[in-house]
Amino acid sequence: MNDFENRWLAERTRRHFFCDCGVGLGTIAMNSMLGQLQAGQLPVIDPANPMSARKPPLPAKAKKVIFLHMAGAPSQLDLFEDKPKLREYHGKTPPKSLMEGKRFAFLKGNETLLGSERTFSKYGECGMSLSELFPHHRKIVDEVVWLRGMTTDVFNHGPAKLFMNTGFQAPGRPSMGSWITYGLGSESENLPGFVVLQSGPRGPRAGNSLWASGFLPTSFQGVPFRGKGDAILHLRSPEGITRERERSFYDTVGALNRERLKETGDPEILTRLNAYEMAYRMQTSAPELMDLKGESKATLDSYGVEPGESSFAANCLLARRLVERGSRFVQLYHTNWDSHGGPGENLNKDFEKVCKDVDQASAALVLDLKERGMLEDTLVIWGGEFGRTPMGENRKTVGRDHHIDAFTMWMAGAGLKKGYIHGQSDELGFGVVDGKVHVHDLHATLLHLLGFDHEQLTYRFQGRDFRLTDVHGKIVKEILA
Amino acid sequence: MVRVFTLFTLAITTLAHSQEVIFNRDIRPILSNKCFFCHGPDEKTREADLRLDTREGALEDHDGFSAVVPGKPDDSELIYRVTEATGDEAMPPPHAKKESLTKPEVALFRRWIEQGAPYQGHWSFEPLAKTTPPESWKGNPIDYFVNASLSKLEVTPSPAADPATLIRRLSLDLTGLLPTPEETAAFINDQSPKAWTHLVDRLLASPHYGERWGRHWLDQARYADSHGYSVDGGRDMWPFRDWVIKALNDDLPFDQFTIEQLAGDLLPNRTKSQLIASAFHRNTLINQEGGSDREQFRVESVIDRVNTTGAVWLGLTIGCAQCHTHKFDPITHREYYELFAFFNNAEDANGTGPTVEVAQYEILNNNPKPPAPPKATDKPGPPAKWLPANYEKYRTNSGAPFKLLKDNSLLVDKSAKPNEAYNLSISSKLNTVSALRLRIIPDKSLPKNGPGTAGNGNLVLTNLTVSLNGKPVRLKAAFADHEQPDYPASHIIDSSKSSGWAINVGGGQKAKMNAEHEVSFIFEKPISTKGKPLTIRMEHDRNENYLVGRFAFDLSATAPPVSKGKAPGLVKPRTGKLMVMKELANPRTTYLLTRGDFTRPDKELGALTPGILSKVKPALPDATKRNRLDLAKWLIDPANPLTPRVTVNRTWMRYFGRGLVETEEDFGTQGSPPTHPELLDYLGKRFIEDGWSMKKLHRLIVTSETYRRSSKARPDLADLDPRNLLLARQSRLRLDAEIIRDAALSASGLFTPVIGGPGVYPPQPDGIYAFTQSRKSWRTSTGPDRYRRAMYTFFYRSAPYPLLSTFDAPDFQTVCTHRVRSNTPLQALTIANDPAFLEIAQGLAARLLRDKPGGLDAIIQHAFQLSLCREPSSEELSILGNYVRQQIKDFSKDDKAARALLSKDLLSSETPPAEAAALVGLSRALLNTDNFITRE
Repeated sequence: MNDFENRWLAERTRRHFFCDCGVGLGTIAMNSMLGQLQAGQLPVIDPANPMSARKPPLPAKAKKVIFLHMAGAPSQLDLFEDKPKLREYHGKTPPKSLMEGKRFAFLKGNETLLGSERTFSKYGECGMSLSELFPHHRKIVDEVVWLRGMTTDVFNHGPAKLFMNTGFQAPGRPSMGSWITYGLGSESENLPGFVVLQSGPRGPRAGNSLWASGFLPTSFQGVPFRGKGDAILHLRSPEGITRERERSFYDTVGALNRERLKETGDPEILTRLNAYEMAYRMQTSAPELMDLKGESKATLDSYGVEPGESSFAANCLLARRLVERGSRFVQLYHTNWDSHGGPGENLNKDFEKVCKDVDQASAALVLDLKERGMLEDTLVIWGGEFGRTPMGENRKTVGRDHHIDAFTMWMAGAGLKKGYIHGQSDELGFGVVDGKVHVHDLHATLLHLLGFDHEQLTYRFQGRDFRLTDVHGKIVKEILA
Repeated sequence: MVRVFTLFTLAITTLAHSQEVIFNRDIRPILSNKCFFCHGPDEKTREADLRLDTREGALEDHDGFSAVVPGKPDDSELIYRVTEATGDEAMPPPHAKKESLTKPEVALFRRWIEQGAPYQGHWSFEPLAKTTPPESWKGNPIDYFVNASLSKLEVTPSPAADPATLIRRLSLDLTGLLPTPEETAAFINDQSPKAWTHLVDRLLASPHYGERWGRHWLDQARYADSHGYSVDGGRDMWPFRDWVIKALNDDLPFDQFTIEQLAGDLLPNRTKSQLIASAFHRNTLINQEGGSDREQFRVESVIDRVNTTGAVWLGLTIGCAQCHTHKFDPITHREYYELFAFFNNAEDANGTGPTVEVAQYEILNNNPKPPAPPKATDKPGPPAKWLPANYEKYRTNSGAPFKLLKDNSLLVDKSAKPNEAYNLSISSKLNTVSALRLRIIPDKSLPKNGPGTAGNGNLVLTNLTVSLNGKPVRLKAAFADHEQPDYPASHIIDSSKSSGWAINVGGGQKAKMNAEHEVSFIFEKPISTKGKPLTIRMEHDRNENYLVGRFAFDLSATAPPVSKGKAPGLVKPRTGKLMVMKELANPRTTYLLTRGDFTRPDKELGALTPGILSKVKPALPDATKRNRLDLAKWLIDPANPLTPRVTVNRTWMRYFGRGLVETEEDFGTQGSPPTHPELLDYLGKRFIEDGWSMKKLHRLIVTSETYRRSSKARPDLADLDPRNLLLARQSRLRLDAEIIRDAALSASGLFTPVIGGPGVYPPQPDGIYAFTQSRKSWRTSTGPDRYRRAMYTFFYRSAPYPLLSTFDAPDFQTVCTHRVRSNTPLQALTIANDPAFLEIAQGLAARLLRDKPGGLDAIIQHAFQLSLCREPSSEELSILGNYVRQQIKDFSKDDKAARALLSKDLLSSETPPAEAAALVGLSRALLNTDNFITRE
């Protein structure tokens, strides 16, 4: 680094708010420049390195998040919610009072109540009920907070997934991973701060908009890691280019860029120099991340990882490795939980398979993080975009429709109670009786644990200060440790 | 930081203006930011029955107190509340979580009240001011306004950029393509005083201007090629995209451009083109997910139409009023749904709705038109007498052999490449030839006996051309005994590599696929061969491994009859079914939706009729039936001050990286005021006076000195104007996603300049759809379509082409008026390693070898000219010289690696692999420089 660069670096610490707005993160700077927002609450972003780690404005319990998204919406009534009354009234028409004003995606109105065929027992000190399909979850009942009063607003998959991820049902808003990396940056200099992993027969509905950064700068968009080939798109150098050759390529490009920096004095070129160096580092850090050779057999077995195969289990282990290496927000999508009763989607064999796909590794992740002391500052969240109806569908095989008024999720880790059941639905599972947690409340609580007032973490776009929780959201104080 | 900014504005304020406090400049921003939430236009959130957004409200008596007593700051409750008051009386109150007023702000308020507390309407709603440079000013009017504020602060503007930078800047800004080295040299050597205006006029006349500026417009139109949401199926929107390109190239005046897009379907005696334009608002999403509520998503799309219209033409965040009356701007909840009523009568309801069939050549004339059909005089003559051809030469492009079988047919070898082309020379005893017949024949060695090489025996023959003595023979018709639906024989002669003839059996067809079939080609006129062989080329560019397996040719002196109840396979142009707007015969009733919820119409309030924002002039004439055409006319009425201001501001933003109003999407009270208000109004007025000509507006801007200034940093202005608001210099701007690819293609010489038509499929990495619900069809384009401009790349909203998202292209779910420009490691990986970019680097290397500029220094200089359009400095020359020499040395010891880096073209060149590989490295390095992806 020459004197000129040093001088520029010194300059930019003073001036990074004023970076040329035409380039880089000027818009963020602009927010503050206009003096229209609360000082101290908004992230101060270094345009040369937008992902550099930042401190939250408030005391924080959690630093990292792993979100296990069960795409398609698991049936809470066959996993977590033992409803003897539902069994008793199996085959009966649901009470009119419960159906009034309700809207469903596929139900025609003549469906009847469906009691679960699954056997439930209570486990742990908290006495959480689990069905036989989740044997491994028994090991973590006293580690997690059970949210049995979840509700959401929209009942189609695409919009509901967007709602769970962005707090809004139409595409175009930043996802929570984007908000969080906007607020906190990342602790890794060699790996992306916001990573998305996918398993199951197909990708989640609504695709990229689930981890898009919306109106936030694209530096904060989720980076999908691919199960096959290279983890990150275009990670591999062209054939014939060895690591050594790549170094001299990067040196050459860097030298040319420094020449241009001297000529033009544009600090954006320094950002580009940083970005290229990180790209070069990622070429080794990403394969190192994906290489599970260093993991013990015991660890692999605890997750149920088959070496060389991409799976939900392997993704859970990768999630741990990512947060271990400093990534801020890791999101896993696993399909297909959409148990309508159609082909490949029945509540019998198909449901059993997807339960088996995720049960062991979900529990193993919590236990592994705990054993390594990482659960202290890592949050794990598990759940779908909504739940499933107490009524069955009129199809050839057993299935349930989408249900937004009562479903179950769980959370574990930093700043949360352990083995705590929050919320309860009515005897038939139609609505929440107490402890209702709306998706906006979940977001507010998540941000709280990460050290943000959800009303203050905003971004100005088209004249409005947007936030993850829109104009809603209450912190769920009951579940905080 | 805020302080520094304030000081800066104060510096400008104090130096540039008098001591008079101006409400809009000095007071309103503070009120809007700190007071209007509780004391603004929204009754529902209003506290203490006090409103400060009107003078009457501020002066109103409240039990002996008034917030503002003109002339008497000490008697004004407002001053007390923002200074001495404590507890609940202090303003803004602690629960509002807003910062208290600073001392300078309070001082401003005091002075304003002393001066009588005059109010002004919000600047953007006021009529355009008449601001004209004095007659003595002979230069470009823009420079008058910009230089005036510079000279008041005693700032010297930067000099003009050097000519090489200027021609690259202007070419990228107006066409999105790089100038050729010849164009650059010609411009630099042009000493005439009119050199610049000649260049401007040439580029504005380029058909690529419509593409470049069309892309900006398409961002606002949220144009994409798929329906969105989870299923995200494809749609035929490209005719609308082509309409935009053509409208801009024709310089359709902006008022007409507006009317046709918002209400083309409602114009009296509307043309087909105007109907096509109405597709603007059919770019809304369609949710194809099972179990979706049609009405819910219909309402979503109407809301999107309202919000998009507001953002594009008015620059207002009217979306806020979807749920409640706007907190800061004069847009009521009710007015929102009166606007909504304009769009609520469209026939489409979360479905395809009304469409119009558009052929490719209908919009842009430069696409191939079909040859004239056979005339009535071409009556079927006597039956053709087919004579088997003799094969004088037969070879494939790759060198894979054919076997000539006993029955005089050819069988291609298994080693043939997936998109092989066949080259044959055939002859016969005939002196005159009028027609040619291709017979495709099953063979045991082919999958399912063929006759094609595809797994099921199918094939797709995309093109067949005939020539004699190097001159093409025109074919006027092609017809076959059997055609797969959508794969007619005519596609063989439509010159398109993406369409062809195939033989699978579709619904209701009785033919068999794995059988002998034939296709006949009729020459435009009989040709005299005089014993010379005909040269035939057969191409298979559409699908991989869909080759013709075994085949034979016959020739005839007479054209065969084409009747037999079967129409000749004339060339059918590619057509698309474009979704367009159409009004329902029986209009829907519009209600205000409580909190924007479509299940909660406010029936008590009653049905709403279409209406506009009452605070924006002009008023709409009373009419019993208002429709979208009235709305469009209101938007472009010269009395409406928003449309011209918003439009010229956005145009300005594309050239300078920032609008004169920085919050280009928010001209409301929360937005930033213009840095050069007189200039903004001048441009707005001039735009209207120039007949809304967009080309004239561009010309005015780019011929200014302000535009031509150097973009080099100004350390001397680091304190006074770190963000270059004063425009003492130009700005360096990273290129838009599409333009990065386009510029690279134009540097490499691979570029296919074809304009318009259906989307294309350049190579993209595998596994893009692992993250979406359904896999999309992506038949990677081969041939010229592989190198089209990025704006033609088929765009799936749920899984965009990765290059585009990586470089900040929006996903077109909603209106995008301004793209962010980020700078990330993933961008570095893309240009460095994306095989599509490596292919371009190889193309550039091949071009360097082809152009043979001389020694290494000359090669580097040429590469610089092609990519950066300038001479390298001596340091740059030495950096790259060393790099190339080091690579040659290195690759000479590793022939395998060198060859791995080379394209077919480069492998077959005479240059040693190590040297060719080093040139690929040189090209790759140049494409990866900050300079390459930046408009300087």
